[in-house]
Amino acid sequence: MSAYLTAAKLRTVSIVNIKDETPTIKTSFFHDRFAANAAPGQFVMVWIPGIDEIPMSLSTINPKEGFAAVTVKKVGDATSKLHKMKAGDIIGIRGPLGNGYSLTEAHNIMIVGGGTGLASLAPLTEKVGAQENRKVTFLLGAETRDELLFLKRMNTYISKIKGRIVATTEDGSYGEKGLITQLSNRLLSTEKFDVIYACGPEKMLYKIFLLAECYDVPLQASLERFMRCAIGLCGTCVIGKFRVCRDGPVFSGDQLRQVKKEFGHFRRGFDGRRTSL
Amino acid sequence: MSKRLEIEIAGLKLQNPIMLAAGILGLSRALLIEAIDNGAGAVVTKSVGLQPKEGYNNPAVVHVNCGLLNAMGLPNPGIHEFVKEIRELKEARAHVPVIVSVYGFSVEEFAETARVAVSAGANAVELNVSCPHVKKTGAEIGQNAILVSNVVKKVKAHIDKPVIVKLTPNVSDIVEVAKAGVEAGADAVTAINTLRAMSIDIETAQPVLANRIGGLSGSAIKPVAVRCVYELYESINAPIIGCGGVTVWQDAVELMLAGASAVQIGTSIASKGLRVFKSVTRGMDSFLKRKGFGSVKEIVGLSHCR
Repeated sequence: MSAYLTAAKLRTVSIVNIKDETPTIKTSFFHDRFAANAAPGQFVMVWIPGIDEIPMSLSTINPKEGFAAVTVKKVGDATSKLHKMKAGDIIGIRGPLGNGYSLTEAHNIMIVGGGTGLASLAPLTEKVGAQENRKVTFLLGAETRDELLFLKRMNTYISKIKGRIVATTEDGSYGEKGLITQLSNRLLSTEKFDVIYACGPEKMLYKIFLLAECYDVPLQASLERFMRCAIGLCGTCVIGKFRVCRDGPVFSGDQLRQVKKEFGHFRRGFDGRRTSL
Repeated sequence: MSKRLEIEIAGLKLQNPIMLAAGILGLSRALLIEAIDNGAGAVVTKSVGLQPKEGYNNPAVVHVNCGLLNAMGLPNPGIHEFVKEIRELKEARAHVPVIVSVYGFSVEEFAETARVAVSAGANAVELNVSCPHVKKTGAEIGQNAILVSNVVKKVKAHIDKPVIVKLTPNVSDIVEVAKAGVEAGADAVTAINTLRAMSIDIETAQPVLANRIGGLSGSAIKPVAVRCVYELYESINAPIIGCGGVTVWQDAVELMLAGASAVQIGTSIASKGLRVFKSVTRGMDSFLKRKGFGSVKEIVGLSHCR
């Protein structure tokens, strides 16, 4: 069995710490040698015993101390249960799965995150920022101030490297008022970026994709789909000719161009039927 | 690809005998095209019924040491939605047979689903009377020779394309069920579907699969598949499609020596990717050449004393 599939085997871990991030989002930390060595952008299948198993991006990846974390918004049965769990409670983990973001030689880097999309971008930023000769422009957006994820964590981190951080809120309660895509557009129109990394709601990603096409900037965007097997067999997470679990979840602008009829338009339910986004 | 690998089974012409198994990737046209473009000689779709079905909650798939356990619960969009995928697939890749796997909760549902699939362009149907984890269909039919016979007769009366019966190994005598299917008019049988199996997490004492019981596939079941194909070849008068744990070309050759005219691949796509089709067909072709066979048909059932 390949190393990839060895890591894809289910094991149980104890939650060691839980952190409240926003009124609706919590981070659960756990020790796991495989997850602690993941590439930023990879995900794990998190099993809430007796409830469900859901795909989650790794929001902390700490190989030195052997732990990792998932950052979860309360949206359904599994995430509600995860929010109620305490240190010492047991969850199952499969992964890291998927491909992660590709790191390039790019110098001027834009990172754009909306909502819980920030989860996978935080460890990416910490990896990219640690490299020499990088300028990072970190953009984060949410509806309102309370829901801006990782604001403090990223403020602290960006202050230590060559970079800037700009937040947007739709209600104007913090940072710039408006949508993060409007801010991206403004920055892209005045400055040449070498790469854009993006994660967030698909409507937002689609707009970022169009901007990247328009300004001719290479894009790496992380997508979400319903998943079952998460190892490329069942086809539940299909987008065009790609399986998000195995060929993604991170796709390049070139790949997204090949699935333009689906990306930003519809996804498939667990029964394979199409639902408009 | 070489002429040596061309076969004809149940009236279907295949450029090579290696097919995509049911249940794998087969819910969308695009992924089936990927399988074809990666060298599959034919593709079997995911099982489709008359009505849409979401299937079971997750976990629906879990690794065990020797294979994979799954209990998906027959998720599918329903045949009336799925016809779009079949039509577009046939338009895009007309030269490769598309076999639609169908299931039903009654003989009428099997027949109607098969009829709609064929009208959309399916070259054949494979009857799923072997799914081991959904009540009132699948193996609950496939474990009963009379029910299998009834389903096959009804489907045969409704369509003029080949009908393949996918058999369950979860029976005391696979030959008895296969005979009933063939006598009722089945053009071929596929052996085997997954074995009923289960996995429990010891830390939480919880069964891992949401449905608790699922089906085992992968390397663990290959010897079972070889035995089933071998027994079937001795006793039934219809071509056999071997399925179960094929990962490398040697596995495919072994199933053919046992009596399979074609071979399906599923689980090993997780470890090998879609390249598995090319690696198996190439390996098989070199083997045939080295052994001096002019056609892959010559090795079918070669292990039987006659």
